[in-house]
Amino acid sequence: MSNYNLTHLRELEAEAIYVIREVAAQFENPVLLFSGGKDSIVCYHLARKAFFPAKVPFPLMHVDTGHNFPETIEFRDNLIKKTGDRLIVAHVQDSIDQGRVVEEKGFNASRNKLQTTTLLDAIEANKFDCAMGGARRDEEKARAKERFFSHRDDFGQWDPKNQRPELWNIFNGKKNMGEHFRVFPISNWTEMDIWQYILHEGIDLPMLYFSHTRKCFVRDGIIMGKTDFVITKDEEEIKDMVVRFRTIGDATCTGAVASTAGTLEDIIEEVASTRVTERGGRSDDKRSEAAMEDRKKEGYF
Amino acid sequence: MADSKSYLDMDLLRFTTAGSVDDGKSTLIGRLLYDSKSIFEDQMEAIERASNQKGEERVNLALLTDGLRAEREQGITIDVAYRYFATPKRKFIIADTPGHIQYTRNMITGASTANLAIILVDARHGIVEQTARHSFIASMLGIPHIVYCINKMDLVDYSQERYDQIKDDLEEFSSKLETKDIRFIPISALFGDNVVNRSEKMTWYQGSTLLHELETVHIASDLNHIDCRFPVQYVIRPQSAEHPDYRGFAGRVAGGVFKKGDEVMVMPSGFTSKIAGIDTMDGEIEEAFAPMSVTIRLEDEIDISRGDMIVRPNNSPTSEQDVEAMMCWLSDKPMLPNGKYHLKHTSRDARCMIKNINYKLDINTLHRNEEDKEIKMNDIARIQIRTTIPLFVDRYQRNRTTGSFILIDEATNNTVAACMVI
Repeated sequence: MSNYNLTHLRELEAEAIYVIREVAAQFENPVLLFSGGKDSIVCYHLARKAFFPAKVPFPLMHVDTGHNFPETIEFRDNLIKKTGDRLIVAHVQDSIDQGRVVEEKGFNASRNKLQTTTLLDAIEANKFDCAMGGARRDEEKARAKERFFSHRDDFGQWDPKNQRPELWNIFNGKKNMGEHFRVFPISNWTEMDIWQYILHEGIDLPMLYFSHTRKCFVRDGIIMGKTDFVITKDEEEIKDMVVRFRTIGDATCTGAVASTAGTLEDIIEEVASTRVTERGGRSDDKRSEAAMEDRKKEGYF
Repeated sequence: MADSKSYLDMDLLRFTTAGSVDDGKSTLIGRLLYDSKSIFEDQMEAIERASNQKGEERVNLALLTDGLRAEREQGITIDVAYRYFATPKRKFIIADTPGHIQYTRNMITGASTANLAIILVDARHGIVEQTARHSFIASMLGIPHIVYCINKMDLVDYSQERYDQIKDDLEEFSSKLETKDIRFIPISALFGDNVVNRSEKMTWYQGSTLLHELETVHIASDLNHIDCRFPVQYVIRPQSAEHPDYRGFAGRVAGGVFKKGDEVMVMPSGFTSKIAGIDTMDGEIEEAFAPMSVTIRLEDEIDISRGDMIVRPNNSPTSEQDVEAMMCWLSDKPMLPNGKYHLKHTSRDARCMIKNINYKLDINTLHRNEEDKEIKMNDIARIQIRTTIPLFVDRYQRNRTTGSFILIDEATNNTVAACMVI
């Protein structure tokens, strides 16, 4: 009997595939949010596994802040070309042009918060009734309390104190007109699980995750990649540094770490010995202790 | 933390923690995370800052798990929070659930998927009402292993006599539970005694530390590998040039072991066929068992859709429209007598009517009240329902997947009840 025991990665995989299939069965028009980051790449890989040999029965959607590292976009486009699945791109720039949101000003200006409006508008315009994403409960305190199937009211808002109880593996995706769901198939995965799974499955990643030389500067103790989207202060010196990214978000608020980890094995070793969470390099979370909770209530991913 | 080489040997233990308010659950989890080096520097800095702001004398480890703003303000856990850590032996998922009665529904949520429950008992108070309630819920939800942590030993001078007394009481009380694997550990979550490291103050205790128990408890037989149950979740039909006639039935094995060539029966039609193959994107596999997600192909063309179940002809669940179950009511809106509700059981959707409330159970005394038929939030009752279509059910204590279902309010779409088939 003892042979009938799955390893933790296989059990997490089976759980995620089960959740993704529930989404396809319970919703009429779901979408998989895809940022080009490792978590959404793993989610997409799991979705392909869930429906093999058929194609993934829903499109992918990228909410593009316009402030991406070019490597992310190139990777995204190559991946979609290879698999032949459908990709929708929603542009934050369009929301700005339409006057739906106003661009932040100053040195720490970021389009991260503006994404929420673009995302909610795109969900409404495409009539999506469920948006799947690669958020994990170990990332952040407010996310630790999120359900797999997370209800959103018709304003796209999350009510953390009034969540539906979620028992066993029975997911209740019933909703009224105008409401939608956010579903998180890899809720139970940790950063380490993701890396181990990527290694085990041989999943391709954007090169940003691996050690490389890049023009960087240091702000508030965080290494930032120099791009056209950030204005540096006079005292901030731009120099070549050997870095890699632990998360890939908007280039204006995603910090890099000094690292020589050039392979997945090196990265796993680094993650195992590191003493700072991966979101520790994200200035968007540092705005206040409840920054994520506030953004999620408004409808942020 | 696990190194990259051992990760393919690690398995996964899901456990839940329960205790009354102020029993130190959050402190215990904080201690497990802290002493097993699963806390990162920036998390530690954040709670040090928060502890200082509140003027507390030592770093409050409980702040690690109190995620939502309202909780930090009130200093209590108001929802299920999930935490993760790993040792070289195992990966752990903790469902941290609140103790006070109005949040029993959250404890049930956390307990529903757990392999093991840690129930905290305050060494000063011994068994209290909530200990009984939490034990009963853990047992009712079919958690195979319970560990009682007699906490705050530091406040009773690490007294062996006090520990033995509580242990005796707990042993007597827990003999009435369905759960058979029950263990006891004297700890101090605040100072870390017997959590990850052995206590120097309680040399009289010869047993394992809590972490050691968590790392070694045998969980491979927790799932049912005898009765074959495969609820069909989704039908895969690529209709592509490459796979013009492919028809696969996707789902997650809920019990038993399915092998290529096995004779199977499909419910509700009763048609039989043989397994032509078990597919995954990594290729065909020889056998599938719980909780694997796979796609099964059959040799014959049978009309099968979501909600059907693939089983073995000589071992099938009962097909029932009249079901008896233990139910926990989860909604602040009371149950409607003879009310109609939407029902979800495995991948099957139905409607049902509450036919009868046999009794309401006082979970503190286990007294059965047959007179009181008013079911409110957190009440537990034995009920009879009638469903619009047959459900394929097993007893919950035999199979936690095919023995469980939820009720949904048709007006609000809220999940209002958790039910376990008797």
